Amino acid sequence: MRNEYIPFLSEIKEVIRHTPIEYTFRMAYKGTVKPGQFFEVSIPKYGEAPISVSGIGDGYVDLTIRRVGKVTNEIFENYAGGSLFLRGPYGNGFDLSNYRGREIVIMAGGTGLSPVKGIVDYFADHPQEHSGMTLIAGFKTPNDILFLKEFAKWKRAMDVILTVDCAEGDTACQIGLVTEYIPELKVKDIRNAVAVVVGPPMMMRFSVQGLLERGFAEKNIWISQERKMCCGLGKCGHCKIGDRYVCLDGPVFNYTEGKNLID
Amino acid sequence: MGFQLNEQGFDALLSELSREYVIYAPKCFAGGNTFTDVDCIRYGTVKCVRDIVFDRKSDYSFKEAFLPVSETLFYFTEGETREADAPRKKGAVIFLRSCDLHAVKRLDEMYLNNGPEDFYYRRLRENTKFILMGCSQSFENCFCVDMDSSRSDNYSLSVDRKGDYYYVDCRDESLHALLKNNAAGELAVEPEYVRENKVHVHIPDNLSIQAAKSTIWDEYDSRCIACGRCNFVCPTCTCFTMQDLFYSENGKAGERRRVHASCMVDGFTDVAGGGSCRRKNGERMRFKVLHKVYDFKQRNGYHMCVGCGRCDDVCPEYISFSNCVNRLGDAMEEVEKHEK
Repeated sequence: MRNEYIPFLSEIKEVIRHTPIEYTFRMAYKGTVKPGQFFEVSIPKYGEAPISVSGIGDGYVDLTIRRVGKVTNEIFENYAGGSLFLRGPYGNGFDLSNYRGREIVIMAGGTGLSPVKGIVDYFADHPQEHSGMTLIAGFKTPNDILFLKEFAKWKRAMDVILTVDCAEGDTACQIGLVTEYIPELKVKDIRNAVAVVVGPPMMMRFSVQGLLERGFAEKNIWISQERKMCCGLGKCGHCKIGDRYVCLDGPVFNYTEGKNLID
Repeated sequence: MGFQLNEQGFDALLSELSREYVIYAPKCFAGGNTFTDVDCIRYGTVKCVRDIVFDRKSDYSFKEAFLPVSETLFYFTEGETREADAPRKKGAVIFLRSCDLHAVKRLDEMYLNNGPEDFYYRRLRENTKFILMGCSQSFENCFCVDMDSSRSDNYSLSVDRKGDYYYVDCRDESLHALLKNNAAGELAVEPEYVRENKVHVHIPDNLSIQAAKSTIWDEYDSRCIACGRCNFVCPTCTCFTMQDLFYSENGKAGERRRVHASCMVDGFTDVAGGGSCRRKNGERMRFKVLHKVYDFKQRNGYHMCVGCGRCDDVCPEYISFSNCVNRLGDAMEEVEKHEK
C-alpha cells in the first residue's frame, strides 16, 4: 500500500526571481499535473507548506513561493544548488474544459496569479480555443509584480489589464484595484462568459460581487481557496470548511458551491 | 456463541491473547485526574481482568490507545527518508463501550475513505480486535440512545460482569476455541445496552449551515477558554498537526511526526503571513458542534457524534455540548425569522 506521507526529493532546476520575496522554483517532476493543483513542499526540521503549481512543462513543475513563513524562509535561505522534498500533486485543480470555447475573464490578486497562470498560459498558446479573453492582474506596487516577462507574451494573445494598488512616479501599469476594471470589461455574451477569481479573501469577495453585478452567472464563476493544510489528503482537518475539504474537494470551487462555505 | 467465565478463566483468556496482542482497557489511575485526589479512568495495558474498570465511564476514550497521540511517520537523514516502524509489533485488543465502537466507524471513515487510505492508520487498524463492554446503565452526560450508538454487534467479543462471573458473546471464529477452553459454561449471551439516558438531544430536521449565523454562538466567545479538552477526549476527533523534530543542532537527522490536534485551540487555522479563520472561541464552538451533528452527516450520511458525553464531563468551564445541540432549534428559528 502506498504511503502518501513520504515525500520525494526533487531537484531545483532553475530559480526565477520576481521580487526580493517571490521566486519561482522550477522543480524536477514527471507526472500529470493540472493548473490549480498544489504540492506539499517540505524542508526537514522546518516543516511542510502547500504551494500552488504556477507552471507545467516537460519534466518540471514551477512553484512560485512567497517568503512569508518558517518553511519558505528556509527555502529562500538555502535553496542554492539544492533540492526540496515534495509530495503531490493534490487538489482538484482547474478543469480547462469548463472554459474552452467561451469568453474568459481571469482576475488575480498578488500571488493568486500563480494558481491561474496555467490557465492563462494554456489559452495564450491556444487562442483558437476561447472566444475572447481578459486577464486582470493586480499587485500592491510595481515592485510586487510577478511574471513580468510573461505579461509581454500574454498581451499579444489576450486583453491584459495589469494594475497596482499604488505607485510612485512613472509606471507601465495602471493604478487601481482589480474590481475597478469590472465595469469596463468587454464581454459580448455575459450570461455565458466564465470567470476565474483568485487572490486574497477580500479581493475575491469584492471581485465576485462585481462580476455578479455585471451579469455573470454564479455557475460560471470559479474561485480557489487557500487554507492551512498538514496532510493534503483529507485527514488532518485543518482545511475543512463546512462539509468540504479544501485539499480534496478544492482548492478550486465553483461559486455555486464556494458561496456556501462558512469557515 | 456465548460463554460464562470466572475470574481465573478470563485471566487465562487475557494471558493467551497477550501472546499476539497488546491488551488495552480502561484502568484506574489513582489521583490522576485534573482535580486533586480524584482518580482518572483512562486507557492502559492490562494483564488481568481485575485491572479493568467496568463500573465507570473512562474519562479519555480508547482513541489514545488505538492511535498514538504522537506518531512518528518517517525519519530524515540528509536527502533520505525512512518509514517509521509500526508503534506496536503485536496486534491490539481493545476493550470499549458501544459508543466507542461506533466511533471506530467514524475513524475508519476519515482515515480510510476520506481521500486516499492512510497508510499508518491501516497498519494499526488491520490487526486490532474490539471487545465490547456492555453498559448495564447510562453514565452521567451520556446520550448514546439519541445518537443511535447504544448498541453494537460488530465486535469480536462482548463482555458483561455480573457478580463473580463474566458473560461473553463471541462473534470472532478465531477466538472460539480459546473461549471454550477457558469457560465455565456455555449459554446464550446478549451484551447489555443502555435503553434510556437521562440526557436527550434533539437535532432539528431543518438544521442547515445557516445556523452558523445565529447569535447562540456568541456566549461561547467568553465562556469557552479554547483549551481543546473536548477534542482530546472525543473518540471521533481525528485532526492532527505535523511536527518536525531534530535530534541535534546540526540538523542532519530527525523525524516528522503527527500529533493529535484540536480545532478549539489557537493556531489550528494559522497560515504563514498571519492569516487565520475563526479567531473567536464561539466560532470554534460553532465549527465543532456543526461538524459533529451536521456537516459530517452531509458528507457521510450519519452523524459524527456518538453521544459519549465525555466533552461535557471534561469541560473546565462546564460548557455542555448536548445543551448546545439542543439550542440548534432556536438557532434555526432565529436565522429563519431574520431571513423573512
